[in-house]
Amino acid sequence: MTTVLERVRSGREAAGERWRGAPRWVRWALLVAVIAFFYALPNREFYQYLGPIPTPGANFTQVLFTVSIYVLLAVGLNIVVGFAGLLDLGYFGFFAVGAYTVAVLTSPSSNLKTLWPWLLVVPLAIGLTMLSGVMLGTPTLRLRGDYLAIVTLGFAEMIRIAAVSSEFLKGQRGFNQIPHPPGKYADGKPFFGVLDARPYYWLVLTLIILVVIGVRNLTHSRVGRAWISIREDEDAAQLMGVPTFKFKLWAFASGAAIAGLAGALFAGKQNFVNSQNFELLNSIIILAAVIFGGSGNIVGAIVGGGLVAYMIERFRGIELFGVELYEYRFLIFGLVLVVMMIFRPEGLIPNRRRAAEFKDRRKEVIVGE
Amino acid sequence: MDFNGLFSNFGELTTTGLTQGAIYALVALGYTLVYGVLRLINFAHSEVFIAGAFAAIWTWNGFGLDQNSQVSGVGSILFYLLVAMIVAAIASAGTATVIERVAYRPLRKRNAPPLAFLITAIGASIAISEAFGIWTRRLPEGAPSLVSSKPLFHLFGVPIDSVQLLTIGAALLMMVLLDLFINRSRTGRGIRAVAQDANTAALMGVNKDRIILMVFITGGSMAGVAGLLYDVRIQTLTYSVGFLLGLKAFTAAVLGGIGNLRGALIGGLLLGVVENYAAGLFGSQWKDFAAFAVLVVLLMFRPTGLLGESLGRARA
Amino acid sequence: MRQKLARVIGGVAMVALVAGGTACSSGDDAAGGGGDACGSKIAFFGALTGSSAALGINENNGVKLAVDKYNKENADCKVELAGLDSQGSPDQAPGLAQKAIDDTKILGIVGPAYSGESEAAGPLFSEAGLVTITPSATRPSLADQKWKTFFRAVGNDFSQGPAAGNYMKNVMKADKVYVIDDQSAYGAGLADEVKKVLGSAVVGSDKVQGEGKQTEFSGVVTKVKAANVKAIFYGGYYQEAGLIRKQLTAAGVTAPLVAGDGVNDGAYITSAGQAAAEGTILTCPCAPAAEARGTFVQEFKALHGTDPGTYSDTAYDAANILLAGIKAGKTTREGLLEFVKGYSGEGVAASYKFTETGELDPAQVKVWAFKVTGGKVVPDQEIPKS
Repeated sequence: MTTVLERVRSGREAAGERWRGAPRWVRWALLVAVIAFFYALPNREFYQYLGPIPTPGANFTQVLFTVSIYVLLAVGLNIVVGFAGLLDLGYFGFFAVGAYTVAVLTSPSSNLKTLWPWLLVVPLAIGLTMLSGVMLGTPTLRLRGDYLAIVTLGFAEMIRIAAVSSEFLKGQRGFNQIPHPPGKYADGKPFFGVLDARPYYWLVLTLIILVVIGVRNLTHSRVGRAWISIREDEDAAQLMGVPTFKFKLWAFASGAAIAGLAGALFAGKQNFVNSQNFELLNSIIILAAVIFGGSGNIVGAIVGGGLVAYMIERFRGIELFGVELYEYRFLIFGLVLVVMMIFRPEGLIPNRRRAAEFKDRRKEVIVGE
Repeated sequence: MDFNGLFSNFGELTTTGLTQGAIYALVALGYTLVYGVLRLINFAHSEVFIAGAFAAIWTWNGFGLDQNSQVSGVGSILFYLLVAMIVAAIASAGTATVIERVAYRPLRKRNAPPLAFLITAIGASIAISEAFGIWTRRLPEGAPSLVSSKPLFHLFGVPIDSVQLLTIGAALLMMVLLDLFINRSRTGRGIRAVAQDANTAALMGVNKDRIILMVFITGGSMAGVAGLLYDVRIQTLTYSVGFLLGLKAFTAAVLGGIGNLRGALIGGLLLGVVENYAAGLFGSQWKDFAAFAVLVVLLMFRPTGLLGESLGRARA
Repeated sequence: MRQKLARVIGGVAMVALVAGGTACSSGDDAAGGGGDACGSKIAFFGALTGSSAALGINENNGVKLAVDKYNKENADCKVELAGLDSQGSPDQAPGLAQKAIDDTKILGIVGPAYSGESEAAGPLFSEAGLVTITPSATRPSLADQKWKTFFRAVGNDFSQGPAAGNYMKNVMKADKVYVIDDQSAYGAGLADEVKKVLGSAVVGSDKVQGEGKQTEFSGVVTKVKAANVKAIFYGGYYQEAGLIRKQLTAAGVTAPLVAGDGVNDGAYITSAGQAAAEGTILTCPCAPAAEARGTFVQEFKALHGTDPGTYSDTAYDAANILLAGIKAGKTTREGLLEFVKGYSGEGVAASYKFTETGELDPAQVKVWAFKVTGGKVVPDQEIPKS
């Protein structure tokens, strides 16, 4: 078993080397091809030739939209968990803040009756989520590790309970008739309609690309280096003159802002937001997705978020021995997490530096084992 | 805000809160023990509790008792309780052992970072909970009403019933036993040694793996007893209740100071009472909100809990 | 590991291909294709797995019976039944709705079963012109959203809530009532209507968490006990209702619990225990399934081996309306929609005729009270409208 794993591992490393060693134009061409593939994916004319990839139990384009939202969330959480090393178990709470901001300000069933257009509310939603990230982060970011995890989890639960129970947020009755994003075809039909999920998917995909470019630039800057130093050793970073608290807060706030954007997009597509949309399990799924893909690596987070969300949907409609696998999706999900952490704790596509760290740790002598 | 609702029912809210708190405390012990020794949030501990609770119900089912059965006679009630308690404790300890062997030990051998432990714990928790859900077809299972909840006597005008006495009494008894075990026995000394400094303890000849296993077994049996008490009190069990209860128990552990055994008891009882007062004051829907709010506020001002973190460093 | 994973995905996918082959849709793009009755489908939309599946399974079984009967009578030209398992979650609803819309063979939907998922799926069905008849989503506002394809085969909360209130006021003569709800769209809506009817007789109210999130109700129980009431109304579903009833009885509260159709399920008695459940009053804007005319109950039992549950009959009727349309040659979506709009006829649970907004004609709505007696839900009486 170990030798097979070793061989796979070295094979992967060789692949990674080849990618890094390839000429610039090859890398660009590949990247463009991958992006083009994902833009083409929701078209039935294209995906019907892809064999088993489209989901049999639900409309594939709709599934792709869900998957893309998860990818966006994974990219955002990766900043918090992967770069700054802050364990956030309540990330979905920020998604809720974003979605609810849009719902409250645009839906006719809201008490405010402002009925603002969607596009106007999106920046507001992002700003408000960022603010809530700062508000949550200021008192809690002094805590470390597990304590931070449990406090963020508690906050997410509190947001959920407030959504269920407060009169203002309408609980399970929710907000309906949330407006769609603007835009019309030449013949006057809305671009973002009810039935066609493709425009929403393309919108999210475009935003993912923009966000990734932004995050990449950020990580290659002073901010990114500060985050990594905090992740590696917070005390040492502090001693070297990194204002750790400030940068942790930054990581928290930028992660939250991305979740807020995702929430706003979700609300604009879904048309209806209620408290059932925000279960604690979702936070856990996204965290697991980031770790699964390879925390600290943007590509890893994208692959993790996409794969986890897609696999969970993919089980729908598959029957084995007369039982639908969909019923077993979370059982399988849990088992995969355990197996994954045992055999490949650094994730599918790890960050190079992180992978080296893991390798080091594995070699360290453990007393008394 | 319903101050009248709080004050007119103050006594009863306190007693029922203490009863629920005793269950939190027993489950919290498992979190605290494992955290004290391994510095690890054993997220899957909630499923250890559920395993015990289901084992107790299925034991009663084995005796032909279901949710409609009435059992009379102190002797047979005690018999059923005792058998179910033993089965529940074994089932929970077994589940805990399996989790430690399958999920945690391989990671320890590789010296994996704490994050990896947390993710495996979450994975194991989801998998076990789903397995129970599929097995029970996600329907609630009913337990017989073994212990009558008719008031036995009144204390300052507050009715006290035998379920409450049993739950709180059993929790206190388990606490005392555990305290003796940790502080007086040889294994207990080993546990304290590993909690203080695992590597040094190992160098001194303490078998770390065995001690860790003992910790999981001890914490597991406590959770099993808690599962039984939960069945006796609530009389219905759904596969999904473990998650929230585990979260509350963990909150209780942090509240009292994680890694601190007595802290777990105090944290549990306090949490049970506080959330009941909140239910009286704001309405039952805000109960969990209050529990988490207490946790968050407490951690901001006193991050090590009420009694501070200590398993190894305490008096002892 | 990655290669291995790829192989696993491939393997799963292969299985899927074989198993899911039947579910593949044909290539037509425009809605309302078809044109040939043979091979038409109707679909049931609701929770078939998950914790809120009991109601969905009741309904799906009713629909199954209707389709089964139809196919026996029309062996040369059968109608297929598709199941869309939403698990009662609005998150999943759009994807499933679109799946049904893509499948041009599907001409009509029985469902969505719950109000939340109806909110999320309604706009899609309306846009696509795919007719839906819900047997159980009773939230009133669903009919106000100008969806072209929404029909409701039961009375909404505005008919059930006041009826439950009237029953407590006039039949039980309860002058002190405690009202609890689970904050769900359904439960809170019902509780609000009850409060309106009872007015000052409501001496206290509380809210709990639904969806299996709460199992420990000592806070509520303490308050109810202190209020010393004649009756307790619970707006919500059977899971919590059973636990609340059990814990109330254990604390010595003997006042009967009154609840709506969300509790009208055998699982309530299992969860409360027979002794505690005894005497519970359950209202439903439906006639008792056993009252249902004709041989429905026997046929249902013969097919599924169990007695029909809540809304089995309504779902059966809803399916029959769609099937009658298909039989009458309305084998396009537009045709079937028009047919349902103009439909008027007798079913086993009620007579059906829809208003302009898709509501069941108020004259047809009947609300019944059921009573738990000897561990069974037994019809008690029809509740007069005022």
